[in-house]
Amino acid sequence: MLKTINCTVNGRAMELQVDVRESLLDMLRNRLHLTGTKQGCGVGECGACAVLIDGETLDSCIYLAVWADGKDIVSIEGLTGADGSLSDLQQNFVDKGAVQCGFCTPGFVVSATALLEKNPNPSKDEIRRGLSGNLCRCTGYQKILDAVESTADQRRNK
Amino acid sequence: MYQINGYFEASTIKEAIDYLAGNENSQVIAGGTDVLIKTRERKSGYTDKDLVGIMRIPELKGINLDDDGNILIGSTTTFTEVEEDEIILRNIPSLSAACGSVGGPQIRNIGTIGGNVANGATSADSASTLFAMDAVICLEGPEGKREMPIKEFYLGPGKVAMNKGELMTQIKILKENFMCFKGHYIKFSQRKAMDIATLGCSIMVKTTGNKIDELKVAYGVAGPTPIRATEAEAMAKGMEITAENLDLIGEKCLENASARDSWRASKAFRQQLIRELPKRAIKIALGGGE
Repeated sequence: MLKTINCTVNGRAMELQVDVRESLLDMLRNRLHLTGTKQGCGVGECGACAVLIDGETLDSCIYLAVWADGKDIVSIEGLTGADGSLSDLQQNFVDKGAVQCGFCTPGFVVSATALLEKNPNPSKDEIRRGLSGNLCRCTGYQKILDAVESTADQRRNK
Repeated sequence: MYQINGYFEASTIKEAIDYLAGNENSQVIAGGTDVLIKTRERKSGYTDKDLVGIMRIPELKGINLDDDGNILIGSTTTFTEVEEDEIILRNIPSLSAACGSVGGPQIRNIGTIGGNVANGATSADSASTLFAMDAVICLEGPEGKREMPIKEFYLGPGKVAMNKGELMTQIKILKENFMCFKGHYIKFSQRKAMDIATLGCSIMVKTTGNKIDELKVAYGVAGPTPIRATEAEAMAKGMEITAENLDLIGEKCLENASARDSWRASKAFRQQLIRELPKRAIKIALGGGE
């Protein structure tokens, strides 16, 4: 069964025909070819598929595509500048070596973006809590935490 | 792709009830953090359903105080919304903490307190605190509205007293069950996030000086449904708060519990937690250390 939805994806308003059975993750990857968002566990435990929906981090694998109607969705592709330049947070992931295999990275960047938006001065514990819905199986957590912390520091000192 | 037959987005309570009552194959879906997982697992009863979305029904959202000072929590209020709500933080911080202990941010941003209860799991983080406050579950169906105490709402593991076509609209917490009480929730789990409680314990305590006027102790995972330690509660009335008495209360709590072995923890370990956690929770609620 197809339904028509209207939503904004990475700043672009669009009208889409989606299957009621598909997840937002399916929609982003298969219909819009935004393959930066990854499918990890598929059951909302690993956070690899996290996207921003109206500014909140949510797992797109357990979010029906039809629910996107009227929503503002930002995937990892929408966090970079119009010229493709990295956001300050992404640049810090690079600079701090917070990327190993890279599969969890889009989800971490999305959740960290939401975290810093809500709380520009997070403590170490608040960063851990804000990223607790994202798993890195290379277990490179410390450098990820460092990247988020330095982004907050840099924004404060700007 | 999920194995779903159809999807209907309800925009009013009536629309949802009419659809649910008129379609044998219907299934309510709120945040989807339980329903979609079960659908993905192809759990029996959760595939090929006609899902009814209720997240866009405005009356089911938000937290308010009624004219009598009771707290009304809309069933589709998310864990994050409950955790951060001013009314909840001011009056029942233990419920804020309980909702803040669920899963991780992504789950809390969409999972709902109504779903947590309607799902009937003994481990539901919000449930033990709602038990400790004798929350009232408000339902609406084709036959009208009805209310029932949360302890009657839970019938068994995964089973709740909701009829076909009924929708949980609100969770009501009466003023007398939180005013002048201090509360605390302890989720004992292997990890700090993305974990299910090995045991959950929520207490509400009212004191005069060093004496307990009233104590309410509720558990998750200490039985097939959340439970209250009514024996210990009765005994605690009027007791002086001393280490010995807290030990007695902890021991007495076992009388209402029926912990069991699971891969998460042994029965013996759970029984130790049943003894220990209310003591810690009482101390923390009353401003003591731990």
